[in-house]
Amino acid sequence: MSATGIGAAVRRKEDLRFITGKGQYTDDVSRPGQAHIYFVRSPHAHARIKRIDTKTAAGMPGVVGIVTGAEFAESKLGNLICGWTVLSKDGSPMKMAPHPALAVGKACHVGDPVAVVVADTLAQAKDAAEKINVDYEILPAVVDPTKAAGKGAPLIHDAAPNNTIYNWHIGDHDATAAAFRGAKHVTKLEFVNNRLVPNAMEPRAALAEYDAGTQHLTLWNATQNPHVARLVISAFVGIAPENKLRVIAPDVGGGFGSKIFIYPEEVVCLWAARQFNRPVKWTAERSESFISDAHGRDHVTTAELALDADHKITGLKVKTVANLGAYMSTFSSAVPTFLYATLLSGQYAIPHIYAEVDAVYTNTVPVDAYRGAGRPEATFVVERLVEAAARELDLDPADLRKKNFVKTFPYQTAVASLYDAGDYNASLQKALQIHDYKGFGKRKRESEKNGKIRGIGFATYIEACGVAPSSLVGQLGAGVGLWESAEVRVNPTGSVELLTGCHAHGQGHETTFAQLVAERLGIGIDQVNVVHGDTDKVQFGMGTYGSRSGAVGMSAIVKALDKVEAKAKKIAAHLLEAAEGDIVFKDGKFTVAGTDRSVAWGELALAAYVAHKFPTGEIEPGLKETAFYDPTNFTFPAGCHICEVEIDPETGVTSVVGWTAVDDFGTVINPMIVEGQVHGGVAQGVGQALLEHTVYNDSGQLVSGSYMDYAMPRADNLPSLKVDMTVTKCPSNPLGIKGCGEAGAIAAPAAVMNAITNALGTEKIDMPATPAAVWSTIQQLNKTRLAAE
Amino acid sequence: MYAFTYHRATGLRHAANLLEKLEDPKILAGGQTLLPTMKQRLASPTNLIDLDKVEGMSEITAAGRSVTIGALTRHNDVHKSPIVQQAIPALAYLAGLIGDPAVRHRGTIGGSVANNDPNADYPAACLALGATIVTNKRKIAADEFFKGLFETALEPNEIITKITFPVPKKAGYYKFRNQASRFALVGVFVAKRPSEIRVAVTGAGSSGVFRVPSFEEALKKRFSPKSLEGLTIPADGMASDIHGSAEYRAHLVNVCARRAVAAADEKTPAE
Ligand SMILES: Cc1cc2nc3c(=O)[nH]c(=O)nc-3n(C[C@H](O)[C@H](O)[C@H](O)COP(=O)(O)OP(=O)(O)OC[C@H]3O[C@@H](n4cnc5c(N)ncnc54)[C@H](O)[C@@H]3O)c2cc1C
Repeated sequence: MSATGIGAAVRRKEDLRFITGKGQYTDDVSRPGQAHIYFVRSPHAHARIKRIDTKTAAGMPGVVGIVTGAEFAESKLGNLICGWTVLSKDGSPMKMAPHPALAVGKACHVGDPVAVVVADTLAQAKDAAEKINVDYEILPAVVDPTKAAGKGAPLIHDAAPNNTIYNWHIGDHDATAAAFRGAKHVTKLEFVNNRLVPNAMEPRAALAEYDAGTQHLTLWNATQNPHVARLVISAFVGIAPENKLRVIAPDVGGGFGSKIFIYPEEVVCLWAARQFNRPVKWTAERSESFISDAHGRDHVTTAELALDADHKITGLKVKTVANLGAYMSTFSSAVPTFLYATLLSGQYAIPHIYAEVDAVYTNTVPVDAYRGAGRPEATFVVERLVEAAARELDLDPADLRKKNFVKTFPYQTAVASLYDAGDYNASLQKALQIHDYKGFGKRKRESEKNGKIRGIGFATYIEACGVAPSSLVGQLGAGVGLWESAEVRVNPTGSVELLTGCHAHGQGHETTFAQLVAERLGIGIDQVNVVHGDTDKVQFGMGTYGSRSGAVGMSAIVKALDKVEAKAKKIAAHLLEAAEGDIVFKDGKFTVAGTDRSVAWGELALAAYVAHKFPTGEIEPGLKETAFYDPTNFTFPAGCHICEVEIDPETGVTSVVGWTAVDDFGTVINPMIVEGQVHGGVAQGVGQALLEHTVYNDSGQLVSGSYMDYAMPRADNLPSLKVDMTVTKCPSNPLGIKGCGEAGAIAAPAAVMNAITNALGTEKIDMPATPAAVWSTIQQLNKTRLAAE
Repeated sequence: MYAFTYHRATGLRHAANLLEKLEDPKILAGGQTLLPTMKQRLASPTNLIDLDKVEGMSEITAAGRSVTIGALTRHNDVHKSPIVQQAIPALAYLAGLIGDPAVRHRGTIGGSVANNDPNADYPAACLALGATIVTNKRKIAADEFFKGLFETALEPNEIITKITFPVPKKAGYYKFRNQASRFALVGVFVAKRPSEIRVAVTGAGSSGVFRVPSFEEALKKRFSPKSLEGLTIPADGMASDIHGSAEYRAHLVNVCARRAVAAADEKTPAE
């Protein structure tokens, strides 16, 4: 391993600009003559728009133009789409209702945009917006997913009777039913996977500019996937042909999934820029983000686990209602199906699994992928059940897990996933040791002395990363392929521009990708510049989410580097007057095998561009190669997290007092960055379990619509984490990478809730386990205990 | 934010004159409450009078058995003040619990008391310690000052200049934070004064800061957390929201009171 190569904990190159305030985010970009747009949003969850009076507003100072939903509809642009078709049990396609960028006739959630004001300044746009009079007829709303399909619930979209989008299923119903009939023990739990607001540090933003001379549109956009945004906005919304639209994703301050999707705001900004022939800028305010960024999770689930006399798991039955909100966001359909139920086997050999998922519309903000996307929900189901089963059977939860782990690979699960490699017991054992599991009893007694209740919980999670083999996702209904691209552009001086179709918004690609290239070519990481996020510069790529950039994006880089090396060897053979097959490339030098004749990387690069005396018939000048890599399987990172909590029974406060994470991410490029990803993921997972409470009241108002009421995890909510690793390489990609971006967020909610339920001695508490919730659970238990005595 | 005219007051009298003279004026101190409210367009003063450059309003002095803190004193300066730490450590400790470092370096004691947020920390200290709120016109006892949610005895153009706190024999504060805002979901300040014991509660009540006579009685017999065990206060009159029911808040008042008493006995460390 070199000092900066694969496996080296190199400091992030990008951090200098980020921590010195030199980052360039969408809102930092300004264009001459720029106007500002303000979105007038529905204050009601469900309301008919009877009339919008814009007359007074139109005469306000600085107003460039005002457009209502009905007026915007006259432009005959396409609707926003969900790009993944899911079929119901009966084979019928999902019921996708139209999602116009600006609501027409009816608003379906608080925050649904109904009109826009474009003005010289933002303050003027807001002033004018206050004078717009929208005449609403308030309709009854439904926010609870378990009530959405029921009798009496208001119908949100005509296209979806009973507010039902699909009734999907996976697995073998009959075989699973038989497994339950033969079971010795059945553990049944019901739980809510709470809705989360993503809260990336940089709010969503868009700046659109129209060049009337070339009829070219440019969009600066806080997005995780600029090419996909351009494709959807061109091909489906129809704003402009793809070659007349440039999408630039400059520095992006976090996404967590919420910036994958194509939202109304960017579409309307583009349209308005052309309509008014002015650059148009929008940056969400935080309170606007709360009611317009796609939310995450929001499942209600009943699940049952069957075990035989030998404590082997014989079956799993899951019934989930997934709340997709008021409209189907870009990938919303896939999250509670293919990204969820295909992971329900967890780390276990479960012969029979059957899962049903009903997706429903409600009068809430749309729900889509959020860090982990379906996989945290799956892990929560499996890991809570296994832990509860161990308690019911009076077994050590570590032993019950060990007994049921998948031990031989490849392993075909009952829910389509094909696990390729792993050693689940290795990470469990290492975690037990690091955590001092044996010492828990002693620590619990110590806590008791201080009036506290201590609990411990596990999550031996699995996830599917490296999305995804194109043919496979195609069969499953995806509208796109999920390969990745890379171009290695060698400069005459030997430095390199690496153009990647991935996009970094916190992951550190400028460092890790450079590490790979630098090691391979024997140059310094400072000689490698990573270029991404601009459709005019970079070949088509699929962007970054689902921990795909290492496993898929870096595999494309490896392929491109292979091509570069092959051509460079040809050139070296010419320069050294040797046979191509005799050239060895090592440590930045091309050598004729067995001799001391060599040419250095830099000399070779120069020769490639100077091309004097080049046999141009055989070798083209230049050194630049492109590759597209399509994975053959998902990757399956897995690991074991152990959480220890201490509960103050007087106040209900849960403190996370111990955390051990042992993850298997396959090959690790930069352990420091990977550890950071684990830390961030665990923090988000702890946030979901203890703090983040998205509350809608019955009339559909988001009660927790600001940081005064919505609690994000802070540093002091977490203990010092013990993070370690085990490694089994991923066999399906050249570097053996599995991915690490979601792991913590997947493992943590289950680990925390297993610890809390262990401490309290009841399974009946939902996330977030706020102090108030824990306290009232304790009160309830005390009452029941008193009644029993 | 709506447009407004900014005025920098050069002295207390100048500020008072501007307040009298200008239309729809508002005082700006640390701006930690006022500015966010203006940004959200929930407040829209026509004229903003900034006290920031007014001299002599951010001093901390001790005289006899009392400590006086200028209205413009930042939370952080109260927290770090050797005078306050020495005389009323619980007050210095309280100031260190407000918001985050940025808020503590801007926000002022006068602004906090004038604002009387039902979840703010200082009102509990003022009430429990029997503070006197001094304005450019008069002196108001804390007992008379806090009038309900965001309401005080201040007249429209009255400026708080300083607050005087009698030094107690001992005092303790326990803050149970709202997990999101980190304001007090319930905060209890207990003060053992030469003549009486006071227990003041912020956060919990549906109409602002209040005292708990039954707890005070019990503590008069013996100043110990044990004296409060088993005592309850009715959930009636407690606030209730997504962060906690009225019952939970009523319960927390007792828990926080006991912990405040324990802290008072420990001579609360002002970290
Ligand atoms: C993120 C955040 C967290 C916070 N957390 C806490 C917390 O945990 N606990 C807590 O108690 N507070 C908290 N606060 C509020 C903070 O303490 C404020 O600083 C304080 O409430 C107001 O003080 P200010 O100096 O900023 O006043 P400003 O915002 O400038 O003014 C507030 C109001 O008081 C009036 N006013 C100001 N000074 C005077 C004066 N001398 N005489 C008369 N009227 C005056 C103003 O006209 C205005 O109406 C928090 C604030 C923020 C932004």
